[in-house]
Amino acid sequence: MSRRSFRGGGLRGYAMLYLLFLYAPIILLPLFAFNSGTIIAFPLRGFTTDWFAQMWANATLRRALTNSLTIAVSASILATCLAVFAARASTRFAFPGKGGMMGFIMLPMVLPEIIVAMSLLVVLLGVGVELSILTVIVGHTLICMPYGIAVLSTAFSSLDRSLEEAAYDLGETRWGAFRLITLPLVMPGIISSLLISFTISLDEFIIAFFLAGNQPTLPTYIFSQLRFPKQIPMIMALGTVLVALSILLLAIGEYLRRRGNARMGASASGGLL
Amino acid sequence: MGKGGLDAEARQGFALIAPPFLYTLLVLAAPLLTLLFYSFFLYKAGYGDLVAGFTLENYRQIWADPIFRAIMERSLWVSGLVTLVTVALAFPIAYYLSFVVAPERKALWLFLITIPFWTSYLIRVFLWKVIMEQNGVINSALVGLGILDQPVTMLRTVGAIVMTLAHAYAPFAILPIFVALEKIDRSLLEAGRDLGESRLMTFWRVTLPLAMPGVIAAALIVFIPTVGDYVTPELIGGGRIPMVANFIQVQMLGLDNRPLGSAMSVSAMLAVAVVSLVFLLLNRRFLKVRA
Repeated sequence: MSRRSFRGGGLRGYAMLYLLFLYAPIILLPLFAFNSGTIIAFPLRGFTTDWFAQMWANATLRRALTNSLTIAVSASILATCLAVFAARASTRFAFPGKGGMMGFIMLPMVLPEIIVAMSLLVVLLGVGVELSILTVIVGHTLICMPYGIAVLSTAFSSLDRSLEEAAYDLGETRWGAFRLITLPLVMPGIISSLLISFTISLDEFIIAFFLAGNQPTLPTYIFSQLRFPKQIPMIMALGTVLVALSILLLAIGEYLRRRGNARMGASASGGLL
Repeated sequence: MGKGGLDAEARQGFALIAPPFLYTLLVLAAPLLTLLFYSFFLYKAGYGDLVAGFTLENYRQIWADPIFRAIMERSLWVSGLVTLVTVALAFPIAYYLSFVVAPERKALWLFLITIPFWTSYLIRVFLWKVIMEQNGVINSALVGLGILDQPVTMLRTVGAIVMTLAHAYAPFAILPIFVALEKIDRSLLEAGRDLGESRLMTFWRVTLPLAMPGVIAAALIVFIPTVGDYVTPELIGGGRIPMVANFIQVQMLGLDNRPLGSAMSVSAMLAVAVVSLVFLLLNRRFLKVRA
């Protein structure tokens, strides 16, 4: 018995150290965002909110934020719509070549992003499409869709088919049954998919870097500012806001997912993926 | 979808899967095929245009030219090292989560582990740069405390790149191993112990083989994107340790040599595919041994 508790203790200590490693960079963000020194180093100087004010007043940053939000909202809605089709098809219907087609659609998940970005760029330039936030939306929809499918497949597969059949028996049309029965039941999954796609798109750098033309997005703006030491404290403030925002979105997503699970009578174990 | 021989269910399935399938065809498959075509084109320095034709010259350059080959080899072994470190660090955490943490607290732990992954990748990488800089967080703290006389150089080394990427991909490694460990029938472990195996031998002969599919999935999930990582070699490596993605970017945009950039992209995809296949075959072997 004492050996078991020792083993648990050793692992527990390791787990704590590991969490510290995971969180170390993120803990530094607010520390330096509120630090009045202009160099990111210890010892800390004094408390200031100047960097947040500077961030708020920055016009380019606002444009980058507007662009990023436009892209993230559009891409998450498009990706989730497409994902609903794929998840529904793969969980409810049997048809020849299903595995291969689904594997193909999930492919962006396992391809290095640089290759997705470069191949799209080559084609867009070849066809003569002007690069804009529209082209970024096209790319982001592609890479968000597999994550949406992963989330939605879980939602669709835990659906009780007899509920739909009951609706048919009671005279509902196919579309009516989907709208009145299936859609409300998978709604938590749809919202999770929207949130995950939104977060991925907001954070995505490579595709935005190559496909946005001269339009800034949040990550490409951050990347362009990293070369200037004077701008770093402001970037720290921006990072703090972004981290706080993603944690909030994640918490909402997790809450909805669990509520959805509870509604369908499944246990609320397991994580986001 | 007028395919005569198909039943109603299959037709509905096809109709439903058509939009996402066609989208992927248009936005992913067509561009990848274009890249494949370009990789066989000739490149003439000084001309902006592509010269249509068929040549293996681009591939010969990538696999024979010592500088280009070094970039490919470096990408593969740095990613291999990142994979090894990430999976080795992640396994004990997944084991702890599955075997030690109380069931009602598992969701909280998983949540804690996934949060850093959802925060800006770019800022996380940049923070490691700030941490490891010559006058950065570690050095200023250690010199300030009198532990070090002089700051140590950490940036622009392979070690720094491995460290940063191991941090970035940690949750990707933990989750699949955790899922595999959760599936293990606990009575098998008790049986091993009842039959007189030591705790260590039970782990070696029962737990580890059963966890192997998770370990291999984790290795693939970490390996594939790190081969193509652009930001970390740029920020942490300071441009001195270029990997495949940096090379592709320079060829495609900086030098406008699209055939060579395309050939590198295709070669990288091939290399990744070969490594992935080896991993998957290993996995199959493990499953066979088990059965």
